[in-house]
Amino acid sequence: MEDGNVHFGSELRIPNSTFRIMLDGPAITDSLEACGITHVVWIPDSHLGTWESALLRSPSITLIRCCREGEAIAVAGGLMLGGAKPVVIIQCTGLFEAGDALRNIVHDLKLPLILLVGVRSQIARETTGTGDNCPTFTVPIVDAWMLPHVMLHPERHGASDVIAAVRALQNGERAGVLLIAE
Amino acid sequence: MMTQREALEVLAAERRERVVVTTMSSVGIWPTLSDGPKDFAYLPSSMGQGISIALGLALAKPGLGVISVMGDGSLLMNLGSLITVASHPANLAIILLDNGLYEVTGGQPVANAGRTDFAGMARAAGIPHVFAFDDLEQWKQHAGQIIAGPGPSFTWLKVQARYGQKTPLPPRPMAEQIQRLRGAIGN
Repeated sequence: MEDGNVHFGSELRIPNSTFRIMLDGPAITDSLEACGITHVVWIPDSHLGTWESALLRSPSITLIRCCREGEAIAVAGGLMLGGAKPVVIIQCTGLFEAGDALRNIVHDLKLPLILLVGVRSQIARETTGTGDNCPTFTVPIVDAWMLPHVMLHPERHGASDVIAAVRALQNGERAGVLLIAE
Repeated sequence: MMTQREALEVLAAERRERVVVTTMSSVGIWPTLSDGPKDFAYLPSSMGQGISIALGLALAKPGLGVISVMGDGSLLMNLGSLITVASHPANLAIILLDNGLYEVTGGQPVANAGRTDFAGMARAAGIPHVFAFDDLEQWKQHAGQIIAGPGPSFTWLKVQARYGQKTPLPPRPMAEQIQRLRGAIGN
């Protein structure tokens, strides 16, 4: 399935971008605003948490703080039933916890849920190595839930990549995951 | 102590135009009392997430008014949701049907059955309007005011336990429920 320059498979591929900036809080916020996102439902980690001040400054995005990741996914489901356009932002460890909520919202209710999931220690895994097994399990678990995904690196990808990925999912009315290397 | 059906009959009489999100055992009773487009049977579910679905819906549609009906087993799976509800005020009324057990699995007691102060937990979470009833006449007397009142609210109803129940079936497929609901609330 194709949507513009974005090709869907089990891995969501994005085209090479010519517009590179650091994938930081302002870039994420600008991207989500550009895609018409109305709510960010989240539980931050130490990397995602650096986005908070930018998200709070957004005039068009409401930040909803939850207590567990499965709860965040269900709140997003309710928002979508009510016509809002939320994204869920959580760490991969929370994704591991939230499997049943994800199964229900995406595969029972068939709602096009978009998640941004921080992958703890992914950058270390690709460079210096790590004893953290989070990167080992994240992609297989996303695959197990049958969700298209793309891995974004803060030093290599920017706002245009986030916009391309989110819009591709929106245009296809598909659920999917933007994995954020940490 | 009231039965679940009696408790829900009172709610059906007082819900007015609000969306009612039922889950687990209440799905087996509610459609016999009300089965319109604003009655959303959250089944198949992710147990405990009915309150969170209802909160999201209420936040998306602030003027709508949403009622979340759940059992104690479901709430115990998502106690943090009380904190989230308190921190994101919405037009949401939570109705807890506490029978002390997991009814749809045959009737095994929940942890700490009969000793948990759910109203106290809701108050401590910061939910501003909290009520508790174990008497049907008292519930009848106050239900209209509670449902019409400001949200979020939490109402703890002690109801009779039922044993040997089967997992209920939703009144219609989920896709049809969602289509009906969205049509009724203007999406």
